[in-house]
Formats: sequence, structure tokens, C-alpha cells
Amino acid sequence: MARMKFLCDADRCIECNACVTACKNEHEVPWGINRRRVVTLNDGKPSERSISMACMHCTDAPCAAVCPVNCFFTTADAVVLHSKDLCIGCGYCFYACPFGAPQYPRVGNFGSRGKMDKCTYCAGGPEADLTTAEYEKYGSNRLAEGKLPLCAEMCSTKALLAGDGEIIAQIYKERVVKRGYGSGAWGWKTAYRETVAI
Amino acid sequence: MHLLRIALAALMLGGGAAVLAQTGRDVPPAASTANPSGQNPTAASVREDQLLRELNKLQGRVSIPDGKAALLEQPQGREWRQFREGWLPWIGGIAILGMLLALFGFYFTKGRIRLDQTEESGVKILRFNAFERFMHWLTAVCFIVLALTGLNYIFGKRLLMPIIGPDAFAALSQWGKYAHNYLAWPFMLGLLLMLIVWVKDNIPNRVDVAWIRKGGGFLGDAHPSAYRFNAGQKMIFWIVVIGGLLMSATGILMLFPFSATDINGMQLTQAVHAVIGVLFIAAILAHIYIGSLGMEGAYDAMGSGEVDLAWARRHHDLWVEEQRAKTASGPQVHGARPVPAE
Repeated sequence: MARMKFLCDADRCIECNACVTACKNEHEVPWGINRRRVVTLNDGKPSERSISMACMHCTDAPCAAVCPVNCFFTTADAVVLHSKDLCIGCGYCFYACPFGAPQYPRVGNFGSRGKMDKCTYCAGGPEADLTTAEYEKYGSNRLAEGKLPLCAEMCSTKALLAGDGEIIAQIYKERVVKRGYGSGAWGWKTAYRETVAI
Repeated sequence: MHLLRIALAALMLGGGAAVLAQTGRDVPPAASTANPSGQNPTAASVREDQLLRELNKLQGRVSIPDGKAALLEQPQGREWRQFREGWLPWIGGIAILGMLLALFGFYFTKGRIRLDQTEESGVKILRFNAFERFMHWLTAVCFIVLALTGLNYIFGKRLLMPIIGPDAFAALSQWGKYAHNYLAWPFMLGLLLMLIVWVKDNIPNRVDVAWIRKGGGFLGDAHPSAYRFNAGQKMIFWIVVIGGLLMSATGILMLFPFSATDINGMQLTQAVHAVIGVLFIAAILAHIYIGSLGMEGAYDAMGSGEVDLAWARRHHDLWVEEQRAKTASGPQVHGARPVPAE
């Protein structure tokens, strides 16, 4: 089985936000929830870089560790998913997540945030694959159809890579060697405790 | 074309290329490298490892309304996880089990503190009026629910979930969360009422020093003097007030997440709330013990509100004198005077 990862090549990302739009549309994500977003660092300066960020599907995921009802699970592809039936909306996963991935439908209401929502790596949830129940809670399940996450698939500059960690690391490595520079595999050290050695 | 040149010249003024532009010739590339853009794109690019060394988190800018999304990376999440999953269960477990062990130890070595039989036995004196009992029990009932639902966040998945299964446990925890969020408000009301009504009787004084020096009567046979509240009760009062206010402040911050602080503030808030919480529970266990099983006659004060005069004389002698002095006819002391036959 593959070890699925995301890798954003910040030297290619042009902050077009197509990944954000693709994600919202593919999964019918409600208003106010962003499973993926593009963060621009040093905006307006020569060193400016944009990074598309969502759940990184961490190794030994902090969200899963802190969850008081153990609603998280990791698939055979190392995708971190959760059960909205078990989630109580306590918000702890957001405190633990290094990437700000968990999202909640409501903010206030005495902290009754509602069921947490996050990037599923286009892999649905605990329900049976490709069912209506799964789609309504977690969005589409492209992995079950043999496809990769839509955000990476339709990235116009191929900055956002999704797939088996070793393969996308190899692609990134070749790019860096060929063009002679690279600002690094953002978030990898934090998420996977390893980075892409060039 | 001429206008464009002028505009270009204006742009270049700071760059030292102004002279070239003024002569009307095309601006040559800044450096002749193989790269067609004429500059080294890596020269000033941000690097994650370098940024994380310099800053504790990576903050950028996003084009969506959710300001929290602009935080790209906060490795402190892993530290908070270490606190919640590594330290907190131990702190909580040791505090609460340690207190239970100490109380069991005290009960089995010293036993209940018995009520003396004197000529005043059977005579009742009002210790807490109905309003005082109401505010105590309002706070107490809320506290017990808050404590159990709070402990559920730490120990539920370790102790309860394996027994009742994930679905029942999640449903229970969901209701527990609502109870925790909404009962916080009557708890805070009760806390404020107790603070207002009882603070005047809980100012530490010289009698308390003597009480503590004599070990509060727990260690020896001597019964040190006390006013309405002895030093031990004053201690529990201030633990409840200070602990309760800290729990309230941190709790309100968590009820309205990110309204007053950022992610690291929320993590710290949760840590303070959890640690104070488990210590608070341990302290209240001692309070529950001494007010019920630990001392004969003590429960009546919060039960019926009236205590045995012999008990009051023994534990709160100076308060009994105060009450007697207040009213010579003794309306506070029931049973001492004959009931008129009507």
C-alpha cells in the first residue's frame, strides 16, 4: 500500500486558489469551511512564497492522539480520516493540529462547534465507499474510484503534488536538481518527521 | 513609448539604474545568468526550516475571511499534545487517586470525628439559612457534573470507552459537553453568590494561626477555637473562590474560542483549565469527605441547616458566643426555650 502525502512546491505555486475552489466544489463544502487554503508568506516582498495547505495526513497524527472520543482512524493508504458520528466538536484537534486543518461549521454558540470537517484526501469517511451517506458527510471518494485528490490533479502549475510519498518526493527532487533551487517540502518535517533530502 | 520610459525611470530611481534610463537606452538585465528572468529566484526565497528556526510559527496572509487560516504552521500543537496526552493524565490521576488514598488512610486510621455528648446535645442552632444552602448546593451540583464531564475529556476514552463502546461513549460525551458548557453558567452564579455572602466570614485572622498551629484538632485531642469558619474551612473557601474564578475565566475563553486570544493562547488556556480543574477536584474530595463521612454532625449544617449545639460549641465556639451575644433571647437557638402551648 502506498503512503499518501501532499507536497506543495512553493516555487511553482502562483496562488491561483484553484485547489481551494476545486476542493470546495468537489465535496460541496459549506460556506465558512475551508479544507484547503493558500497561505502567502512575506506577501509583496521579493521572498514571497505561497503554499497550498490542508490536512497533511500526519504520521502519528496529533489530532487523533488528543481526540477525547477517539474518532480518528488511519486508512491502509495512511490517510487520516475521522467519524462525524463520533465527533463531539470539542475543538481539541484544532489546538493540536500544526497546520490548522480541522474546520467547524460554527464558531461561537458556547463552543458547540458542530462536527469537525477536514480534508479527507478525497477518500470519504468510515461509511461504505461511494455511498450517499458518505458523500453527504465527507464529500466524494475519489480514491475509491482510483483517482488522486482533485486539488493536486487540477493544479495549473503542478505545484501541488499528491500521491505516494516516495514518488512525489522523487518528482520534487528532480525538479530541484534540474532548476537548481527549491524552498523545501513545506510541512514535511512537522507532519512526517522527515523531509525531502536533495 | 516616451511616457513608458519615464515611468520606468521613476521605478528604477531607487535601484541605481536611473542614469541608464535617462539616456534613453534599454535597461540591461541586472545580472547575466542562464536564467531568462535575469535574477536568481532563490536569492531571497523563504525557506521553511530557516523560518521555523527564526520564528516559532509561520504566519502568512490568506484571501479567505477566516483569519486563523493565515497561520500556516504551528509546531506548538505537538507540545500541547504532549501536555494533554503525556502529562495531564498523570497529573490528574496522581492528584485525584492520591487524595482518595489519603482520605481512605485517614478514615481507617483515625475514623470518624465523633460528636460529643454534652448537656447541649439535641439542641439545634441555625448554621446556614435557606439561601446559603441554596447557593451551596447550586454550586455543588454544578461542580459535580462539571467535574465528571471534565474528567471524561481526559479519562473517558481510557476507562469508559472500552466498557460501553465507541458509539455509546460518543453520545454520552456529546451530552457531557453540552452539560459542561451550559452548567458552567449556574456554577459561576453560585460561585459569585458564595463569594459575596461568605467573604466576610472568611478573612484570615489570628485565631486561624492558632488553629493551624494546633493542627485543627485533627492531630491531637485539643479542639482549637474558631469563629464561623475555621482556618481549614477558610482554606477551602479561598480554594473554591480562586480556583473557581480561574476556571471561569479560562472556561469563558474556551466557550468563545479565539475571541480573545490566538492558537497558543487557546492551548495555554486549556492547559491551565485542565490542571486547575483536576487539583480543584482533589481539593473538593477532601471537602466532601469532611462534610459527610469524616465528621459526625457536620452534614446537618448544609442538610437541614441546623447543627447540634454541642457540635457547634466544640468546633465553632467563638461563633456560638457571637450568635448568643447577638440575641440574648436566642432566636438562633431552637429547642433551648420551651415551645409555647397554643
